[in-house]
Amino acid sequence: MGSSNPPTRAAPDLPARRGGEKWEVVIGMEVHVQPRTRTKMFCGCAIGQLGDPPNSNVCEVCMGMPGVLPVINKAAVEACLKTALALSCEIPKHTKFDRKNYMYPDLPKGYQISQYDLPMSVNGVLELDGRRVRIRRVHLEEDTGKLIHAGDKLHKAWESFVDLNRAGVPLMEIVSEPDIRSADEARDYAQALRTLLRTIGASEAEMEKGQLRAEPNISIRRYGTDDLGVKTELKNINSFRALHRAIEFEVARQIEVMEAGGTVVQETRGWSEAEQRTFSQRSKEFAEDYRYFPEPDLPPLELDRAWIEDLRSGLPELPGSRRARLVSEYGLPAADAATIAADRDLADLFEAAARASGDSKRTANWVIGEVAHSEKPPTPDHLAQVVTLVGTGRITREQGREVLAEATNGGGSPSEIVARRGLAQVSDPAAVRAAVEAVIAENTKAVQDYRAGKVRVLDFLVAQVLKRDRQIDRSLANDLLKELLG
Amino acid sequence: MSELTELTIAEAARLLRLHSISATELVSAHVEHIARVDPQVKAFLRFTPELYEKQAEEADRKLKSEEGGLLTGIPLAVKDVLCVQGVETTAGSQILRGFKPPYTGTAVARLFDAGAVMLGVTNCDEFAMGSSTENSGYFPTHNPWDLDRVPGGSSGGSAAAVAAGEAMIALGTDTGGSIRQPAAVCGVVGMKPTYGRVSRYGLIAFASSLDQIGPFARSVEDAALVLEAMAGHDPLDATSSDRPNDVRRDFDKGVKGMRLGVPREYSEVEGMEPGVNAAVREAIKALEKAGAEIVDVTLPHTDYGLAAYYIIAPAECSSNLARFDGVKYGMSVQDVDNITDMYMRTRRQGFGTEVRRRIMLGTYALSSGYYDAYYLKAQKVRTLIKRDFDDAFSKCDAIVSATSPVVAFPIGSRTEDPLSMYLCDVLTLGGNLAGLPGISVPCGMSAGLPVGLQVLAPQWREDVALRVARAYEVASGVKAEVAALG
Repeated sequence: MGSSNPPTRAAPDLPARRGGEKWEVVIGMEVHVQPRTRTKMFCGCAIGQLGDPPNSNVCEVCMGMPGVLPVINKAAVEACLKTALALSCEIPKHTKFDRKNYMYPDLPKGYQISQYDLPMSVNGVLELDGRRVRIRRVHLEEDTGKLIHAGDKLHKAWESFVDLNRAGVPLMEIVSEPDIRSADEARDYAQALRTLLRTIGASEAEMEKGQLRAEPNISIRRYGTDDLGVKTELKNINSFRALHRAIEFEVARQIEVMEAGGTVVQETRGWSEAEQRTFSQRSKEFAEDYRYFPEPDLPPLELDRAWIEDLRSGLPELPGSRRARLVSEYGLPAADAATIAADRDLADLFEAAARASGDSKRTANWVIGEVAHSEKPPTPDHLAQVVTLVGTGRITREQGREVLAEATNGGGSPSEIVARRGLAQVSDPAAVRAAVEAVIAENTKAVQDYRAGKVRVLDFLVAQVLKRDRQIDRSLANDLLKELLG
Repeated sequence: MSELTELTIAEAARLLRLHSISATELVSAHVEHIARVDPQVKAFLRFTPELYEKQAEEADRKLKSEEGGLLTGIPLAVKDVLCVQGVETTAGSQILRGFKPPYTGTAVARLFDAGAVMLGVTNCDEFAMGSSTENSGYFPTHNPWDLDRVPGGSSGGSAAAVAAGEAMIALGTDTGGSIRQPAAVCGVVGMKPTYGRVSRYGLIAFASSLDQIGPFARSVEDAALVLEAMAGHDPLDATSSDRPNDVRRDFDKGVKGMRLGVPREYSEVEGMEPGVNAAVREAIKALEKAGAEIVDVTLPHTDYGLAAYYIIAPAECSSNLARFDGVKYGMSVQDVDNITDMYMRTRRQGFGTEVRRRIMLGTYALSSGYYDAYYLKAQKVRTLIKRDFDDAFSKCDAIVSATSPVVAFPIGSRTEDPLSMYLCDVLTLGGNLAGLPGISVPCGMSAGLPVGLQVLAPQWREDVALRVARAYEVASGVKAEVAALG
């Protein structure tokens, strides 16, 4: 990039300077993900649920009792390796765990078992829409417990309680290079990561349940420079929306500081959901010395190449390539393809149903419009039948929705239900006209309102028509009402 | 003194199986003997009648139905660093006063399963840091051969208990010589197994990469039996090995045709007493007479071993001891201003001088900016020392030397000078740095005090160390005796 300063290479495909903007935003993401495992990282304790009684999923190991030793959870290593492979990371022959030493009451051993200089994987990439975010590393570590203070915070509390249910829960830490350039991209990155993790089954990655925690590192710099500015790290973010807002706030704050001639202080800042702003939590002026050293209780791991190849070949199609295939193979619009590919179950259902119905566009509409929000998904075959029944005009869309719900709840196949209930769409124009005229006659007030300009009353009138005869197609009723009232 | 307190396991097991004595009688004889001599020796910190009464009855039940094994009903003493469920276990420290572990460690549990009967908990240097048991947070233990002298350390209580006939067997831990050195100066057999031979689960860690649990006994065979019962892979310790448990293979085959190496550097160490040197030379001659070939070997990095040890062990201890923070168990100073104040005052009051010294040393050695110069350099020295032993073992089957350069010294004579205390370990700590099995057997007296012969063998060759030690025991006729006391 024309710089003689190699360690601060600029990210690939730097966006062009937008009109009038002086500041470029530089974001790197640290994301902690709880892999899908039955037990904790180094002991046999169950992971448990949010809301379990305090200290109910604990044993002598995760409580840091004297004399205990950690044993590595293979399922966590497997989830981490699958994630690394899905992010195209390099997996070194040897990896090891290290101790990160610091004292805090939520850390029962006085050190966290993490990975320092030989992480499980390095140098990957996550493809966003048209952008590549480089992944620096993906490693495994353990979570800490939780503190509840009677009082403000630890140093001021008159009493504090320690809950070790979370202590020792496995975490994958996914660290990106500072390749992200906006709040939008940061949110897209986090969402793409969630989709990827769910697709490969490595994690449920529910942000609201704390299974995915995103910590953006944010700095700004003048366009055209490629030095990195002083960064702040944001914490306490528990939704994608909050991630977006927190970054927007923080970027605006940093610009304000810089434009007032000040300097950004390197620190950790919390996001306050209530106040919708970031606040200073901890200054990093006096960087803590964690005295990392190799965990002597765990021998270095030699990763079996054959196992890694098995994991690699067992990976399902990843969301990025599936999205592209849904466009090329089924002719879906990019936005629909992205929505469907974001959920592996939904995409599987779509593909099976689209093949059975032979109508990808309508199937996609049903999948996005109906199935994505339903609690219990239909079988591909039932969905395909409904798509066809509605698509060919046999039944109305409303009827289709009801039939699909009934079929999904064990009421038989959609065709059987239609036959049993004698459902058929009324498309005889005379019958529709009779019903519409009757409704106009009975609802003089509504008709007046409509004619006076209250267009929304039309929905009410349509509903009245359908109430008279459920087999009338909604759009026919709608069109005829407009015609007669217009 | 009762004859029952002078038996070996084989002798006792024979009497128990013949029903000439009961386990309850055997245990009672020890309890009565303890009542007579322990007020002088002070080997025990606590007694466990709730355990030994039940375990003795259980042993008798098994013996009655001919189900017992060799260890059924055998009286055992356990060093205060090994966790036993419900039994106060304090690592010789005030900071753990009152702590009752919620679990029993693997090695002790295996001996319980084999039928051993636990008499009580033995004294030791605080967190196993020391060579005289004077660093106990409770009181010093006295050498049964001369009550004005130390029993060695850190497992001084266990060594003294076996030497005084207070227990038939005892468990210790060896991080730099803490089993072999007290065994030598108390005139009993003590063995440190290969690192990874015995599970460390339940051992309150001092230095995780060096610690091993091992037996004290009054014969080589007894030590072998206890080791065999404890050894073998444990799923709870990732550093424990699944190699075959063959420690008694070739036990009685003698040394004819074996090559025994005598390292030049070991007879020339600083502070080697002429009387010790003479006794060890006699022992080596006896082995030669029994058919061994004596060869000169060299361990050129011996001089650096002490320095490397006193960086690695404190570094690991500084991390291992972080969990003693007053939050979860043990001592907790409560009239404090805030959490930092609680940490500092709890640890200042709870830890003794030597423990605080080593935490400081280790914290310093791991600090950023010093890590490479100290910890990393020490690990490189460790590699060189391992290589020294590899080279030596290419020329011999086992290495023989003195265990300790000195006999038991007067209580209080070295406490003011930590370096002179550290020198007690100079012949033993190489075995820990290299992870080797080593055994100390009594080899006569110097000025009326016991001298120990150390046999070191290659990793996983406990069979070789035991075979040589056994051959010496047979050839010399020198047997561990119970010290005559009031």
